[in-house]
Amino acid sequence: MSDDTIAPPRSTAAEAPPPSGAPATAPSSARSRRVLGAAAMVAALAVPLVLPFYVDAFWLRIGLFAMAAAVGALGLTILFGAAGQLSLGHAFFVAVGTYGYGFLAGDDHGQVKGLGLPPLLAAVLAILFAGLCGLLFSPVASRLRGIYLGIASLGLVFLGHHLLLNLPAVTGGYDGRSVEPFALGGFTFSDVSDRLVLGIPFGAVESLWYLFLAVTVVATLVARNVLRGRPGRAFRLMRDSEVGAAAMGVRVQRAKAGAFVLSSMYAGTAGVLTALAFQRAVPDYFDLQLSIDFLAMIILGGLGSTSGALVGATFVIALPIVLSRYADVLPLVVAPGQEGIQASFAATFVYGVLVVIVMLTQPGGLRAMVHSLRDRRSTAH
Amino acid sequence: MTRLLELLVNGVSLGLLYALITLGFVIVFKATRTVNFAHASFLLLGVYVVASTQPRIGFAAAALLGLAVAGALGLATERLLTSRIEMHNHHAMAIATIGLNVVLTAELTRRLEERVLPLGAPWDGHVVDIGPLTLPLTVVITVVAVPLLIGGLTALLTLTGWGLAMRASIADAEGAALVGIRLRRVSATAWVMAGLLATTAGIGLASFPSPGVSVSLEAVAITAFPAAIIGGFDSLGGAIAGGLIVGVVQVMVSGHQDSLDFLGLGVGDVVAYLVMIIVLLWRPSGLFGSKEFSRV
Repeated sequence: MSDDTIAPPRSTAAEAPPPSGAPATAPSSARSRRVLGAAAMVAALAVPLVLPFYVDAFWLRIGLFAMAAAVGALGLTILFGAAGQLSLGHAFFVAVGTYGYGFLAGDDHGQVKGLGLPPLLAAVLAILFAGLCGLLFSPVASRLRGIYLGIASLGLVFLGHHLLLNLPAVTGGYDGRSVEPFALGGFTFSDVSDRLVLGIPFGAVESLWYLFLAVTVVATLVARNVLRGRPGRAFRLMRDSEVGAAAMGVRVQRAKAGAFVLSSMYAGTAGVLTALAFQRAVPDYFDLQLSIDFLAMIILGGLGSTSGALVGATFVIALPIVLSRYADVLPLVVAPGQEGIQASFAATFVYGVLVVIVMLTQPGGLRAMVHSLRDRRSTAH
Repeated sequence: MTRLLELLVNGVSLGLLYALITLGFVIVFKATRTVNFAHASFLLLGVYVVASTQPRIGFAAAALLGLAVAGALGLATERLLTSRIEMHNHHAMAIATIGLNVVLTAELTRRLEERVLPLGAPWDGHVVDIGPLTLPLTVVITVVAVPLLIGGLTALLTLTGWGLAMRASIADAEGAALVGIRLRRVSATAWVMAGLLATTAGIGLASFPSPGVSVSLEAVAITAFPAAIIGGFDSLGGAIAGGLIVGVVQVMVSGHQDSLDFLGLGVGDVVAYLVMIIVLLWRPSGLFGSKEFSRV
């Protein structure tokens, strides 16, 4: 069972130094590729910064949900992609983050209670609380391997949903609870009237965009450092061979628990962002489907890769919304209430089939596909 | 006392149905090392076919058709999906079944919507009195028929050449292949059996007193996962025990909901997962599972 994993994307030709006796064109094409890569990096960073001034709130809102999901997907890609521990309980920890923030930052509204803490403190505490929940589950999580953990963690989603319905003072029960908008040093991230920046109304969506962007960048950098550093190497070694990892001095149980707690905190962060994006928390959102969505994101993007998690999250989140927006012009897809395939189902079919195809053809996901295309192109030159 | 006994019989009946679902799941796992996350949608597809065709062709023919469709789906999954993934890459196989489950569930949800289709079984709506107990006929039939079915299955596995081949390849796939057992045939059979067992259980689960076939049946079928974990995942006896434990506990807890109010409404639906976590804390490889060991 030691080779019980999806093959990690192999290192590509692009990373290898060009052979010394290569023709004169090789270094220049390598340089031009590097320049292109740098330009792409700059664009990837600059475009999101100016986007709120050019696109309308519809697309920005998709972006908010995509970034919230991306942070959660980063956590899962550390846990499953690197450490090989499947979790279908991710939705539970997202819910902990969402309701944790809602409860800590909110005020009393009738039956629904709240502590009224400052939003930043509430957000941090909610994330830590999600990590604590992960730690509490780690006696189970650290003793199970791979797929078994996937099934055991299913239980968290069902138990969590049960708690959400039965703790109305904290969660608001079936109807959910409203969420306090984020605020930082007197600046509230909500629809304040007549706040204009460069002639653009700067409401909740625009201001949250920058907050989410900052969180996503930090989360990505942390994930990348974890994956490239000592812990990431320990996780991958453990995924490929537990015995090998133990022989190399990795404490397997502790590493598994660590990966689980870290991914829970990522999920908690995603939960806080989800709460802010929705401005409301309802229990039915946090079901098994959400966990499977997260899994699909990292599978489609490419396991164990941070960029893959970001791309996969954007794809899975945007697909149903975009399909339903353009239902009139797309073949087969119809708007809700009409005869035919509704956009949400169409999106589900597409990503379900894609998951299967990726598993059959390219277990490395989109990332590996891009890499192999690039390799083929560079060898063709 | 009568009520407790009634609950117990109902619980055993539900548990036997869970045991059938879990058995199919565990058989596939033992034969191919694939965790079949699409198992619950196999069940839903099977009973959906039964319920949607029975008004036209009658229950018996519809039941056979449902079994055939679910069996064919199992076979197709093995042939087109899991057997085409690199051997030993069990994660990829499991995830491919998750993708399959996403597609199947979406399609069935789209077709069923909020409707509840009646199953139209001849035993629907009948109640029998046995001594002081009043039981639905479904429960009585389940309690008699499922043990016979499990017994027959055991006999197949222990007495026939096919069963021997099956057990040999489960115990040691390479060794079995060396002595001429066709592994692909064994794994195909396992997948077909999973479809058949799931549909059989589904017919029981959708019969009276349950209102019929609806999307929520899939959530019921997912209970086979904790049952498999409780039983130990790679043990057929454990699958039966796990199913029974889950069924009895669920019915007992739901039956005493009013005195268990502090656990919240509807705790019966989630108690299986609670039991699973407790069992895992106590025995990480389940009640009857083989302990993991590594040879270096």
